[in-house]
Amino acid sequence: MGHSLFAFWNGDLMERPFVEISDVAMRYGGVEGTLALQGTTLSVRKGEFVAVVGPSGCGKSTLMRLVTGLWPCTAGSVVVAGHEVAGPLSVAGMAFQNPTLLPWRNILDNVMLPLEVVEPHRRRLRRERAAYETRARDLLASVGLAGFEQKFPWQLSGGMQQRASLCRALIHEPELLMLDEPFGALDIFTREDLWAVLQEVWIRRRPTVILVTHDLREAAYLADRVLVMSSRPGRIIAERTVPFPRPRTLETTYGAEFQALVHELRDHISAARRGEEVVNVA
Amino acid sequence: MSPDTNTVAVNASALPPKAAQPDPTLSPTALARLEAMAAAARRRRRLQAWLPWIVILGMFVVWEIACKGFEIPPFILPAPSDIAASMVKWWLPLLENSWQTLMTTLIGFAFAIVFGLLLGIAIGSSTLLYHGLYPLLIGFNSVPKVAVVPILVIWFGIGTVPAIITAFLISFFPIVVNVATGIATVEPELRDVLRALGARPSDIIRKVGLPRAMPYFFASLKIAITVAFVGSIIAETVAANKGIGHLMILASSRFDVPLVFAGLLVTAVMGVAMYVAAVAIEERTTGWAMRGQDQQQGVPGV
Repeated sequence: MGHSLFAFWNGDLMERPFVEISDVAMRYGGVEGTLALQGTTLSVRKGEFVAVVGPSGCGKSTLMRLVTGLWPCTAGSVVVAGHEVAGPLSVAGMAFQNPTLLPWRNILDNVMLPLEVVEPHRRRLRRERAAYETRARDLLASVGLAGFEQKFPWQLSGGMQQRASLCRALIHEPELLMLDEPFGALDIFTREDLWAVLQEVWIRRRPTVILVTHDLREAAYLADRVLVMSSRPGRIIAERTVPFPRPRTLETTYGAEFQALVHELRDHISAARRGEEVVNVA
Repeated sequence: MSPDTNTVAVNASALPPKAAQPDPTLSPTALARLEAMAAAARRRRRLQAWLPWIVILGMFVVWEIACKGFEIPPFILPAPSDIAASMVKWWLPLLENSWQTLMTTLIGFAFAIVFGLLLGIAIGSSTLLYHGLYPLLIGFNSVPKVAVVPILVIWFGIGTVPAIITAFLISFFPIVVNVATGIATVEPELRDVLRALGARPSDIIRKVGLPRAMPYFFASLKIAITVAFVGSIIAETVAANKGIGHLMILASSRFDVPLVFAGLLVTAVMGVAMYVAAVAIEERTTGWAMRGQDQQQGVPGV
């Protein structure tokens, strides 16, 4: 990491990662509060798909909030697209574990919400409404939601709501896509469907993606690189590049190599959890 | 003021009795069963629509019979027929005065909506304002409004203005509290969706806070409109030369008790009518918040 920072000071922007998190710490509730992250360092190249896995409560979601600027970090620095993150980022699209669709808006209006907020779309929306609406409809169709534009969120199943939520994260074509356990609340079959949908979207648009998940198969299926976090206070303890060619299919996940990778990740997580016990004894 | 209790009773009316009807065919096919369930649901809905009228009519019948049976003199408790006769006899003053009351109430209520919404938004979106203003608001609300009327008369003289102000004072508080609650209790996740996009605080209020507060707002309107009538009539009974409250004071000073009751009845009808209007607007604008009830009352399986 020292190298990339060094590269930055030399003005070598080509080599520079899109997201750089350097020695970040985050503590809740004042001086005596819980230390969620400490010494976390990671970087993500432009257009890369990175998954962050770890035992529950290891600060994965905290990491997401720091990167998008929803919270400030207590130490270290977060740099996205060459700028220190000081407040919420409009280059980011975010999807959460719950679909968090607004219940008073239909699916189309929900998906178009970021366009009403993010510049330059905000200025153009009134004039070019039709064009934007077509874009939203196309996006919805690409995740299999054609014909549901006028429905309200509660009229859709959980998986369909999550698809719509994904569309909302993508509609303003963000350079950075932050996914905080977006499929965590879904059943395994729906989840696998959505992996394929997400991979397709990623291959087509190549945004930089940071996916937080506790599903190791999901991480291995989707990501170029998987980072393993320790238990609280979280930091990156292992890193694994995923070699499988794209597009990956469900068949990929049954291969011996894939299984070995998942197994290895699982071992890292187990070690991380054992680490937690040792800390507790000490 | 009976409209509240009325609606509650209707909404809480028993859940559908499981198709009590015997099966029309010996071998119950799915179709027949569905039809039976549909018919039961239709009957229940019809009953639900008629029940309030039946209850009101029943009350008047019992009242009439009791008055006649126990020979209660009309200056103690007039029978509904006496009240009706009085209404026919005094229809013009009743109409004029109830129009006056309706207007003062609606003007006061309109001020309460505007002021209540603005203050509610301010209090709901700022913890500082909330903690700063809430004690003062509660203090204001605890003062009995009837005690304020003489002061208003000193300031504005006898007439319409004190009635408007009293209606306003009594009805803005529920609006403020409800709008503030609706905005202050926005789920942090919904707020984060917009914050993560770099939305300004005003965007968050407009796109999440306000729509989210609308069901609370309309719930408060139903309370506010009925208490607004209380406010204007209190002011009219204390100091006015027009309005239903004034008419009732005049009538009671002449021991014309049937006319007093006629005034009461007209007030109740106006209150219910305004309440129904508020409900109608609520259903059209915040249908999304009522989604569960549609499914419950819908015909199962159809």
